Amino acid sequence: MAEVTKLIHKYLRHDKKFPHVWCPGCGNGILLGALIRAIDRTGFEKDDIVLVSGIGCAGRLPVYVDFNTLHTTHGRALTFATGVKLANPRLQVIVIMGDGDAMAIGGNHFIHAARRNLNLTAIIVNNNIYGMTGGQYSPTTPYGALATTAVYRNIEHAFSIAELAVTAGASLVARGTVYHATMLDRLIEQAIRKRGFSVLEVISHCHTQFGRRNKMGGAVDMLRWQKENAVRVEKAAEMSEEEMAGKFTIGVLVDRDLPIYTEEYRKIREAARRRLGAVK
Amino acid sequence: MVSGPSFWGKQVLLQGNEAMVEGALAAGCTFFAGYPITPATEISEVMSVKLPAVGGTFIQMEDEIASMGAIIGASLAGAKSMTATSGPGFSLMQENLGFACVAEVPCVVVNVMRGGPSTGLPTNVAQGDVMQARWGTHGDHPIIVLAVSSTADCFDITVKAFNLAEKYRTPVIILSDEVVGHTREKIRIPHPEEIEVVDRIRPNMPPEWYIPYEDNSRGVPPMGIFGDGYRYHVTGLIHDVRGFPTQRADEIVPFLTRIHRKISQNFFDILMVDTELADDAELLVIAYGSVARSARRAVREARERGVRAGLLQLITLWPFPRQILEPYLKKVRAVLVPEMNMGQVSRELKRINQGMTRVETLNRIDGNLITPAEILVRLLKM
Ligand SMILES: Cc1ncc(C[n+]2csc(CCOP(=O)(O)OP(=O)(O)O)c2C)c(N)n1
Ligand code: SF4
Repeated sequence: MAEVTKLIHKYLRHDKKFPHVWCPGCGNGILLGALIRAIDRTGFEKDDIVLVSGIGCAGRLPVYVDFNTLHTTHGRALTFATGVKLANPRLQVIVIMGDGDAMAIGGNHFIHAARRNLNLTAIIVNNNIYGMTGGQYSPTTPYGALATTAVYRNIEHAFSIAELAVTAGASLVARGTVYHATMLDRLIEQAIRKRGFSVLEVISHCHTQFGRRNKMGGAVDMLRWQKENAVRVEKAAEMSEEEMAGKFTIGVLVDRDLPIYTEEYRKIREAARRRLGAVK
Repeated sequence: MVSGPSFWGKQVLLQGNEAMVEGALAAGCTFFAGYPITPATEISEVMSVKLPAVGGTFIQMEDEIASMGAIIGASLAGAKSMTATSGPGFSLMQENLGFACVAEVPCVVVNVMRGGPSTGLPTNVAQGDVMQARWGTHGDHPIIVLAVSSTADCFDITVKAFNLAEKYRTPVIILSDEVVGHTREKIRIPHPEEIEVVDRIRPNMPPEWYIPYEDNSRGVPPMGIFGDGYRYHVTGLIHDVRGFPTQRADEIVPFLTRIHRKISQNFFDILMVDTELADDAELLVIAYGSVARSARRAVREARERGVRAGLLQLITLWPFPRQILEPYLKKVRAVLVPEMNMGQVSRELKRINQGMTRVETLNRIDGNLITPAEILVRLLKM
């Protein structure tokens, strides 16, 4: 345990902006720990990493860690990240977004980023709600659930973030939970190492806004819910539809090798030089 | 379209939109993100051909919000970046434009104006976005807005826009219009040594000493870029000198004051006007963009008829060049402001005029250029 603490301290901006903004027990803290352990294992220097986020509780994550950090506008993190990566492809760009951030206001950017296949890592914290603005329904709020803007129950149908990423063409798509913290480390590491656009959906809990309102209990109860309803992809393949009802899969959903944007663009540069007979 | 990455020292026949690309490349632009819209599309098209040849990157994003985000990201990673659009796209960029102001990210945004509001008159000329350029994004912030009136301007002013962006760590908006963008003219592209290119000041202290938003005499802190060893936090939230979000009044006020001050203390470096026959003028035409060209002709013809008219062409629209205009306002009998909107610059002029002279307006909102004859007729009646 002491080792883990030491590792985390190596990366925290502890003299800067603490205490953090999150509610006690929020899943964002677990994700932050997992992210640090994963980055440490990849061996990248702090200067090589750029953490980009949007707006929301999850979006506040980069402020606490000592990398190049960029806190953008709501829903637009992937667009800023695209510019960073294209201007300097050597940088390892990791984007953290909430479900509302990535899927509602940023939904269009998300599918196009997946389709474009830059070598970026997108981590989406799915807590089924808009946390920061106080519990309004999001594109991942389950049908029938309660929210401050759905006091008569939600009549919209939820997105599956991971499945959308598969269809949109991401190179690697995985799903984890903050309960399965060790597995989360590994999934983040794999996502960062993957060459191409990788998406990691992290099932998390917002006990203050979603859990309480939907009678799911506190943080511990919600973590227990994750434990009981997550099924590893390999195991899910052997289970029937009835057995899987109400449950969700965790692990790597898709891992495929597709042409990477920056490498394709290098060919464009060569073609342009040939065509225009570069004099500059 | 002429080909070749650049035509240093050559005479070339170019559209305003094409000349803008040449100006950007001359200024060192290496990144362009955009979304097609009339009448700005040629800027994207020519960029897509030329940028890769000089080792830069062109990307067509999914919309203008994304384009603006991408050019901010690219600038933070060290590129001189640019986007180009027209009215509807410009509206979409506004939130991120404010981000660039607050996070102090140099970049250039071109708006080739067309008729509005909304989808408006897509293929017609207008000058309706002067106030949007100033006040389009939310909150209090300074902004630099330059207006171009010719193909030669498109080259020169684009270079200046990049220089001002880098110097003051701020987005710079160029307002062009459909007529300027699509008119073909012969211009001479200068040799590289004939133009001044400014680059942002980078930190040179040891990284642990670097305070990314610390005030200095220029009001412009040196800019670390991602990957260069100066790690810091960039946010659109109001931040302290280290870049971290703050809600303390003693940090909010100095920060917002500084981003205003870095522009206000350098007015005379930023304010650009062009004059013709203005020094002894009794009647002064104040114009910008393509209308300034009509005005130039009208002023010359008025002189031939014995009317002492002069032209003051605004190149810098924001900050509004009050300091330069005031001496003229004190001296002339009357001012005429022709513009292709309901009176956006004339309104600003009336605000600073404070009874010094008579301000008359000539407005056209039908999608057609104001002609020299229309201006001349008015001058002869004044
Ligand atoms: C353009 C814009 N619209 C709305 C908001 C307000 N807003 C801030 S955070 C947020 C939702 C955040 O929810 P989510 O992305 O799910 O993240 P969480 O807070 O749950 O981590 C909204 C709507 C904003 N900041 N900007
Ligand atoms: S509101 Fe929800 S998501 Fe936000 S910090 Fe609190 S528990 Fe976490």
